[in-house]
Amino acid sequence: MSNYETILTSIEDGIASIQLNRPRVLNAINRPMVTELLDAFESFDRNDEVKAIVLTGSERAFAAGADIDEMKEDTAVSLELLNQFKEWDRLATIKKPIIGAVNGYCFGGGFELALCADILFAAENAQFGFPEIKLGVMPGAGGTVKLTKLMGQKKALEWLWLGDPMTADEALQYGVINRVIAPELVVDGAKKYAKIVASRAPLSTRLIKETVYKSIDYSTHEGMQFERKNFYLLFSSQDQKEGMKAFVEKRPAEFKGK
Amino acid sequence: MFETISYETRGKTAWITLNRPDKLNAFTSLMHKEMVSAIKEANKDSNVRAVVITGAGRAFCSGQDLTGSPEGADYGDVLRKGYNPMVQALVAMEKPVIAAVNGVAAGAGMSLALACDFRIASEKASFIEAFIHVGLVPDSGNLYFLPRLVGHAKAMELAVLGEKITAQQAKEFGLVTKTVSEEEFMLEVEIFAEKLANMPTKAIGLIKRYMNKSWESDLNEVLEYEAQAQKIAGESADHQEGLHAFIEKRKPAFTGK
Repeated sequence: MSNYETILTSIEDGIASIQLNRPRVLNAINRPMVTELLDAFESFDRNDEVKAIVLTGSERAFAAGADIDEMKEDTAVSLELLNQFKEWDRLATIKKPIIGAVNGYCFGGGFELALCADILFAAENAQFGFPEIKLGVMPGAGGTVKLTKLMGQKKALEWLWLGDPMTADEALQYGVINRVIAPELVVDGAKKYAKIVASRAPLSTRLIKETVYKSIDYSTHEGMQFERKNFYLLFSSQDQKEGMKAFVEKRPAEFKGK
Repeated sequence: MFETISYETRGKTAWITLNRPDKLNAFTSLMHKEMVSAIKEANKDSNVRAVVITGAGRAFCSGQDLTGSPEGADYGDVLRKGYNPMVQALVAMEKPVIAAVNGVAAGAGMSLALACDFRIASEKASFIEAFIHVGLVPDSGNLYFLPRLVGHAKAMELAVLGEKITAQQAKEFGLVTKTVSEEEFMLEVEIFAEKLANMPTKAIGLIKRYMNKSWESDLNEVLEYEAQAQKIAGESADHQEGLHAFIEKRKPAFTGK
C-alpha cells in the first residue's frame, strides 16, 4: 500500500482498513494525518475492490485529540489562510460506507474524526468527549454541530460546556454511537458489520447514505422528493433487475454494483 | 512508596494492606488516592493474577476517619472524589479481588469488602452498617452491592438497624465465602488467593465483567455478552491449555493469558 507515516492501511475481502498510527501520542491528530486520511479515504472510494471502509485507532486510544503543539501559536488569520478544515469537508464526500471502531480515548479532534464515520462501534471502556472548552476554545471540525444533531440541544450543551468524558454506554444512550462491544472484539465487530454491508447492493448502499445525510438538513418534503429521485435512479441499475429477479426465484441475489 | 497502605506482590498475588492500625485503618483522602494507585498497579502488572485486600492490626477497616473530616465538607464530593473512584477501580479490575476481613469492617470499610469479588472472614471479624448510627446512609457502593449479595429484605434490616454481624452470621447470609479461625486465617487466605492466581485469569476477568453487567441487562443482552465473552475466552491460551490437559489427562498449567 501507499507509504503513509501516520496511518496504516490494508484491504482484505473487499473491506479496506485505515488505522490511526501515532500510538506514542495516543493517535493525536495532526495536519499530516488528516491529509493522509483524506488521501486514503479518497483512494479507497475510487477503488472498485473496496466495498466498505473500517476506521480504527489503537487499543488505548482511538485518538486522544488534536495535536495541540501544532496549533498553539496560530492566529485567526493564520487559520483562515491555512483553511485546514477544507480536508475535513472532503471527508464528508466519501460515498462508501465508513464503519468506525473506537477503543479507549476518543476526544476532541479524535471524536470529530470518529463522527465522520457513518456507523460507530465502541468498546465498553471507550470514552468520548470534547475537552476543547478546558483549553479556551471549542470544537472546530464539526463537533458542536454533529453532536447537537445527534443528541439534541440540551444534552449537547451540557457535554460541550463541561468538557468531561462520556462513557460508551452514555454515548449509546444518546444516539451518538451504534453499538457497545467488548474491547477485545470491537474492531472485529466493525469488520463483520462492514462485510455484511459489503454484501448488499453497492449502489443502494451509496444512495441510502446520500439520502440519509440529506434528510438531516432537508425539510421532510424536500427529503422525500430527493429520496424518490434516488429510488427511481436505482431502477436504472442491473442490480435492481437482479435483486428483484432473485427475490422472485427465491435465490440469493448476486450484486455487481452496476 | 505509600503512607497509609502497603503494597507487595508475593508470587502471583498482590497484597494491599490498609495500614493505619492505630486508627483501625480508617479512610482518609490520602488513603483513597493510594488505594486507587495500588489497584491500578495490580491491574497493570501482568504477573499479578489475584489481589488480596486486608487490614493491618486488629481491624479490617473502620470506615471514614471522622476525626479527619474538615468542617463543612461536601459529603457528596468526598464520595465522588475519594471513595467512588476506588470502588470503580476495584470493579473494573479484571482479576479476582479477595477481601481478607481480619477484624471489624464498619461503614465504608464494609462497603470496601462488599466491592470485592470474594470475602474470607476471620472468626473474629465482624461487619456493621455503621452509617445509620451517625444519621447517614450507606455509601461507596454499599446500597448497590448489599441487596445483590444478601437480598433486599436482609439488606434493609442490616442497613437500617445497623446491628453488628458476626463472621458466622455473615456466612449464613451469604456475605462471605468462608470463615476461618484466627490462627489459620492468613494461611487460608494465601491458599485461596494462590488457587485463584493459578486459574484462567482472562476467563475470570470476563466472568467478572459480564456478571457485573448482568445486573443492568436483560436476557437478550446477557446472551450477546456471553457470546462475545466466549469468543474472547475461546481464543485464549488457557482455553487451549485446558483442552490439551483434558485430552492428555494431566493437570492444566494456566498462564492467565
